[in-house]
Amino acid sequence: MLKKKGRSTAVFDNVNVISSASFGGKKESEGPLGKYIDFTTEDAMYGEKSWEKAEIKFFREASKLAITKADISQSDVDYAFAGDLLNQCGASAYGMRDLDIPFFGIYGACSTFGESLSLGAMAIDGKFAENVLCTAGSHFCAAEKQFRFPLELGTQRPPSATWTVTGAGSCILSSNGNGPRITEVTTGKVVDMGVKDAANMGAAMAPAAAEAIYSHFLDTGRKTNYYDCVATGDLGEVGRELLKHLLAEKGLYFENNLTDCGIEMFDKESQDTHCGGSGCACSAVAFCAYFYKMLCEGKIKKMLLIPTGALMNTTASQQGESIPSIAHAIAFEARC
Amino acid sequence: MKTTEQEKEEYLKKVDKITPNSPIIKNCIWAFCSGGLICTAGEGLFKIFESLGFSEDNRALLVNIILIGTSAILTGLGLYSKLGKRCGAGTIIPITGFANSMVSPSIEFKKEGFVLGLGAKMFSVAGPVIVYGLLTSIIVGAIHYFLMG
Repeated sequence: MLKKKGRSTAVFDNVNVISSASFGGKKESEGPLGKYIDFTTEDAMYGEKSWEKAEIKFFREASKLAITKADISQSDVDYAFAGDLLNQCGASAYGMRDLDIPFFGIYGACSTFGESLSLGAMAIDGKFAENVLCTAGSHFCAAEKQFRFPLELGTQRPPSATWTVTGAGSCILSSNGNGPRITEVTTGKVVDMGVKDAANMGAAMAPAAAEAIYSHFLDTGRKTNYYDCVATGDLGEVGRELLKHLLAEKGLYFENNLTDCGIEMFDKESQDTHCGGSGCACSAVAFCAYFYKMLCEGKIKKMLLIPTGALMNTTASQQGESIPSIAHAIAFEARC
Repeated sequence: MKTTEQEKEEYLKKVDKITPNSPIIKNCIWAFCSGGLICTAGEGLFKIFESLGFSEDNRALLVNIILIGTSAILTGLGLYSKLGKRCGAGTIIPITGFANSMVSPSIEFKKEGFVLGLGAKMFSVAGPVIVYGLLTSIIVGAIHYFLMG
């Protein structure tokens, strides 16, 4: 029998998030979630010689800490599903060189953490794995260098711009042990509503988030107040406004339980981050640092995490293409 | 997921409505004042060199060297981007902005080596300015040559 509800929701019997680890940079440590992050560093290069090498180190150290906190060894981890923002998934591929774990490198832009949790949960519930490592990371400076302009170029960022989160978040999913459960995963479709402005990613991704959320509630038949917290990945202020409009058009209304990891990550007034945080690390660090602890303590009982990703290809963008986006909805349930 | 052109059009209208605009008037005032200040400083230097008895050609050369040098040093110290954030076009358009656009990628891509990194990427921002600057000067030169002798 298929373990599926409706068009795109996978249902799991026994997938537990048994540990989480979060790493961040200076700006992340100064943000509202700073006190929850396991390890932060003032040094943008994290003791390495380049931002890219720092991103690799964030990835590797977060993965190792998640394994240590789960009280297992690397040989107990059956698979790793992980990705990042560097070209060819550089941080995860280079970071995994030092880990003795079979590896699937994945790319979903900033939705990568959602993709890794989805695939990890499927591997466990399909009994292909007992323990799975899910990691995602990004680095502000490396992302700016790769996707935009040199940091020291005297440009102005528009109000709709977001700030890539520096760091990495990592989880161990397991069929054994305690911890919040992953109960369902709704896999998103690629949605492109014609937004071309790379400085307004929230607007590009909001329709994908709306589609994933709508599909999740349609497939599960749940009401919007079923979850204590519905958190999108990195839509930011503009994206969240657009998301509310799109959901209202589909008849879904949220009260105070709709938030966004990017908005939670930084204080936009004092930290000058404009619309909020973004990047693979945004939903990964926000979940691993904050939401995971809230689920463990039972302060949040039921949560829907929807990491959002702009699947933009820089060459295609320069050739005039608009930005395709994706989002995956992951449902968590606390034990207590 | 398939979407219709009409759906896209309606959505883009909504995006336009909700996305906040850049503060254009504030940016223009900052650009006007800062750009003007840089040009005034250049003119001031020009006058100083004039009073010191330099020839007109050398005066222009010295002013450019000082402005470009200052901008390059400020970029290296990480200060030019802070100025640029406020001043926008005011610090991009003058020759100081050109220096900044060459130094900033040089700093960043030095990690990829002196040839394929610094050497190749130094012109990644300034390259188009040079290409189209040259093209424009050729066109203007040709017009001048054929029409005005």
